[in-house]
Amino acid sequence: MIVQAIMFYVFAVLAVASGVLVVSSRNPVHSVLFLIVAFFNAAGLFVLIGAEFLAMILVIVYVGAVAVLFLFVVMMLDIDFVQLRSGFVRYLPIGALVGFILLAELVLVIGSRVVAPGVPNAAAVSAVGGVSLSNTRALGDILYTRYLFAFQAAGLILLVAMIGAIVLTLRHRADVRRQSIAAQLARTRAQTIEVVKVPIGGVGG
Amino acid sequence: MAIGLAHYLTVAAILFTLGIFGIFLNRKNVIIMLMSIELMLLAVSINLVAFSVFLNNLVGQAFAMFVLTVAAAEAAIGLAILVVYFRNRGTIAVEDINMMKG
Repeated sequence: MIVQAIMFYVFAVLAVASGVLVVSSRNPVHSVLFLIVAFFNAAGLFVLIGAEFLAMILVIVYVGAVAVLFLFVVMMLDIDFVQLRSGFVRYLPIGALVGFILLAELVLVIGSRVVAPGVPNAAAVSAVGGVSLSNTRALGDILYTRYLFAFQAAGLILLVAMIGAIVLTLRHRADVRRQSIAAQLARTRAQTIEVVKVPIGGVGG
Repeated sequence: MAIGLAHYLTVAAILFTLGIFGIFLNRKNVIIMLMSIELMLLAVSINLVAFSVFLNNLVGQAFAMFVLTVAAAEAAIGLAILVVYFRNRGTIAVEDINMMKG
């Protein structure tokens, strides 16, 4: 139990600290890397609480796809980041004020309510159908039955996002010569072959 | 001491607040604003998973997965728009995005 508490505090402190560094880092590349650290620590929290499948999905989706996408864009765009940071100090008081108010509200909400105090700490995941299942299997059991439509819709959202991203960033450059297979195949013999009758001996010569 | 629901909710609340704070702090850099949004979505996922485990109900984890899906789609589309915008205007400063203002 004490090990679990120590691990929780390690993961939580690291996640919050890297979150602070994400928003306050001077270099956006460092921000992305701290975002990755934050996601890893959140995945650690998920493992600790018993949601192993989501932890692995978090590592794969966020660290493997989203963070790399961010890193790619940050490094691809040639941006003067010093100029972008010029309003940093000006926005600090209003940001701190809003953040403080929001945090105070959230702490009040959490502090004033005890959610379902009689529920035991279910580190093992809820048993679906009376049998104790692994987290992944239990999640699949409800995801592919009760939430099948939502699951399919999520896949559709990803498809639309993929097509949208490709359509948005695809550009046809006029100065690049490309092979046009249709044009090549549509050529007929009459367009390409010409029989030239060369006079023997050379009239002009 | 045992780690309860309130501990997880506190971490999520702090992360969410950091996301809001980051949006206010980096008013000019769209990339950091997108990262702040990712941080807020992560906090929401932590909330969902914590409630799911402590209330013994798996629906929260299913919806945390949907939140993850939406976050990935949002990041892809947002970054694609950013790349196109940078290609057209040569900057990503939020203050310069006013062509549709009239």
